[in-house]
Amino acid sequence: MIEAVFFYVFATVLVLSAIGVITARNPVHSVLFLILAFFNAAGLFVMLGAEFIAMIMVIVYVGAVAVLFLFVVMMLDINFAELRKGMMKHAPVGALVGFALLAEFTWMFKSWSPSSAALNGVAQPIPDQAAISNTHALGEILYTQYVYLFQISGLILLVAMVGAITLTLRRRPDSRRQSVAGQISRRPEDVLKVEKITSGTGVF
Amino acid sequence: MDSITFDTAFWLDIFNTYLWPLLLIVGKILLLVVPLIVAMAYLTYAERKVLAAMQLRQGPMMVGPFGLLQPLADGLKLLGKETIIPSGANRFVFVMAPMLTFMLSLVAWAVIPVSDGWVIANINVGVLYLFAISSLGVYGILMAGWASNSRYAFLGGLRSAAQMVSYEVSIGLVLVTVLLTTGSLNLTTIVTQERPIWVDVLLFPMFVVFVISALAETNRAPFDLPEGESELVGGYNVEYSSMTFALFFLGEYMNMILMAAMTTVLFLGGWLPPFGIAALSVVPGFVWFAAKISFVLFVFLWTRATLPRYRYDQLMRLGWKIFLPFTLLWVVVTAGVLLYNHALPGMSAAM
Amino acid sequence: MSFVDNVARSFLLTEIVKGFGLTLKYMFKPKVTLNYPFEKGPISPRFRGEHALRRYPNGEERCIACKLCEAICPAQAITIEAEPRDDGSRRTTRYDIDMTKCIYCGLCQEACPVDAIVEGPNFEFATETREELYYNKEKLLANGDRWEAQLAANIEADAPYR
Repeated sequence: MIEAVFFYVFATVLVLSAIGVITARNPVHSVLFLILAFFNAAGLFVMLGAEFIAMIMVIVYVGAVAVLFLFVVMMLDINFAELRKGMMKHAPVGALVGFALLAEFTWMFKSWSPSSAALNGVAQPIPDQAAISNTHALGEILYTQYVYLFQISGLILLVAMVGAITLTLRRRPDSRRQSVAGQISRRPEDVLKVEKITSGTGVF
Repeated sequence: MDSITFDTAFWLDIFNTYLWPLLLIVGKILLLVVPLIVAMAYLTYAERKVLAAMQLRQGPMMVGPFGLLQPLADGLKLLGKETIIPSGANRFVFVMAPMLTFMLSLVAWAVIPVSDGWVIANINVGVLYLFAISSLGVYGILMAGWASNSRYAFLGGLRSAAQMVSYEVSIGLVLVTVLLTTGSLNLTTIVTQERPIWVDVLLFPMFVVFVISALAETNRAPFDLPEGESELVGGYNVEYSSMTFALFFLGEYMNMILMAAMTTVLFLGGWLPPFGIAALSVVPGFVWFAAKISFVLFVFLWTRATLPRYRYDQLMRLGWKIFLPFTLLWVVVTAGVLLYNHALPGMSAAM
Repeated sequence: MSFVDNVARSFLLTEIVKGFGLTLKYMFKPKVTLNYPFEKGPISPRFRGEHALRRYPNGEERCIACKLCEAICPAQAITIEAEPRDDGSRRTTRYDIDMTKCIYCGLCQEACPVDAIVEGPNFEFATETREELYYNKEKLLANGDRWEAQLAANIEADAPYR
C-alpha cells in the first residue's frame, strides 16, 4: 500500500512538473520544473529497484546537465512574449505535423507486440536481485557483453568534447598570459642579489 | 451498530505495520539531526575561536563562560530580525532556495554510518547517493542568486555553481578510486573493508585531493569566492536576512560537517579506532566518528586561518588542469597496481 | 634536477605545509588582546585623557584665571570669565571646556603656571548626549577631586623630565 502511495505521488508530480516545463512562462521556472521531473523519475527508478540508475540520473541529469541548462537560461535574456508572437500563424502547420506523428505511432503500436522472451524478462529481473546488486549486474553486462558499444559511445563523447574545445579555443597572440609554472618555479636565489652597501658608496 | 464497533485487531495491525516503524524512523532522525544542529552551532563557535587563536586574538568571550553561549545568542538575534524580500525578487524561488539548501544538507545524513549499524538507511548505493545530494547543493545557491534580482547575488551564484560543478568532477574520480579498493558502494562496507597498508598509501594523494575539493565544494576558504566579501559584497546571499539567511548559514556549515563525515568514512576508517589499535575500541564507535569529524573540521578552519583566497581563474585552473588530470591518472595507476597485486575486490589472491 | 625539485615541491605542497606549521605554532602563543572592560592596558603618566581642575591640599582651587590656557588652546575649546573674589583674590567665575572641540593636545596643561588644569588618566567618559560633554567649572573641579591621588602621582612621576 505504501509503495502504491509513493508511486502515485511520484508519478503525479512527475507528470505535473513535465506539464509545467512546457507551460511555465518564465524559462528559469521551466528548467526548475524539469529538475523536479528528473528527480521524480529518479524516485520511480528507486521504486523499481534500480537504485543505481536512479542515482546516476540525479548525478548526471540533475547535477550536471540541468545546471548547465540553468546557467544558459539565466544568462540569456529571452523575451518569450516576442517568441510567441507568430504562434497562431504557425499553429495549423504544427498541428498537422503532430497529427501525422500521432497517426504513425498508433499504426506502429497496433502492429507491435513484445516477444514472449522479453515479457518473461520483465517479469523477473536478470539476474536475481537478491543475489546480486543491480550495480554489479549492470557492470557485468556493460563490461562484458556490450563492452565494444560501451567503448565506442565513450569515444564518440570524447570526440565531441575534443571537437567542442578545438572549435572554441583560440590563442590570441596579443594577450599576455600568466605563466603560473614560471612564477612558481622562480626562486629568490636565482633572481635576487643581496648586496651589502657601505655608506657613502653607491651600488654602481 | 455493528459496523462502527472498534476493531482492535485491525488498528493494532495498522499500528504495528505502519505507525510504529514511522515513529521509529522519526525517532532515529531526531536522534541524528538534533546533535547535528548543536554540532553545527558549535562549529561556528569553534571556527571563531580557532581563527582567533591563530591570529593571537581571544574570540567570543562575553556570552556565558568562555563565550560558550555565543551561538545561541547569534541564533536568537537572527530569529528576531525582519525577513526582507527584495521588491524585484521572485518570491517563491527566493524563499525556496534557503530551504532547499538546508534540506539537502540534512537529507544526505541518512546514509552516513555513525557507528556499526547506526545508520538510518543502509542502502547499496550510499556513495552515489551522497554524491548526488552534494551535486544538488548547487541549486539552492543558483536559485538564490537568480531570484534575488541583484547583480552581486547573481554573480556570486554563478561563480559558486561553476566552482561546485568543476570540483565535483574530481570528487567523483576520487570516489571511483576509493571504490576500486573496496568494491562496494555501501558506506558501511567501505568502512569495515580491511585495507592493507600499501593501499592506504596509494589512497593518500586522493585523500589530499578530496579534502581540497571538499573545501571548494563547500565554498570554504581558500575557495570562498562565491561569498568573497571584498569583491562581491556577500555573494549569493546578500539579499537574504533573518531566518532565510540563517538557513543558508546552517546549510553551509552542515555541508562542511557532511564533507568531513564523508572524508572520515572514505579515508579515515569511520567509527573504527585509529590505526587499528584494538585497545582503543573500548571507546564507543560514534565517539571516534565524532572525533575524526572534528579533526577534519579543524583542518578546514586551520586552512581558513592559513591560506589567502584564490583568484577565480586560478581556482578553475586548479580544478580542471591539475586535479582532473591528476585524479584521472591516479584512477588508472590505482587500478593497475591493484590488478598487478591481485588485490582488486572480488579477485581471488590465488589467481 | 631543479625541474624535478620544483615538481616535487609543488606536488608535495611543501610551502602550504610550512604555512600550516606557522599558523599552528601561533595558535599556542599567548594572546595579545585584552579582555577590555575587565582588563586594561598600562597608561603612561603623560597620558592625556579627561580634563580636571586641581585644588591645593588645603582645599583652595589652584586656578588663578590667568587665561593662558584659553589663549593657547588651538581648538578654542576653553572659555573663561574672571572676577576678584570677596577676599580680593582673582578667581574664575566661569571655566568651560567644550569636550567635543577639544583635541587633547595637552597645551593647556603645558601653559598652566600653577598646574591647575591637567589632563588625567581617565579615557572612559563617553556620554549619551552632546550636552553632557560641555564641561563647566563644577564638573572639572569634581573631576579634580575624584582623580587627585592619581593626578598628583602622575605629575610627580613626570617631574624629572620637565
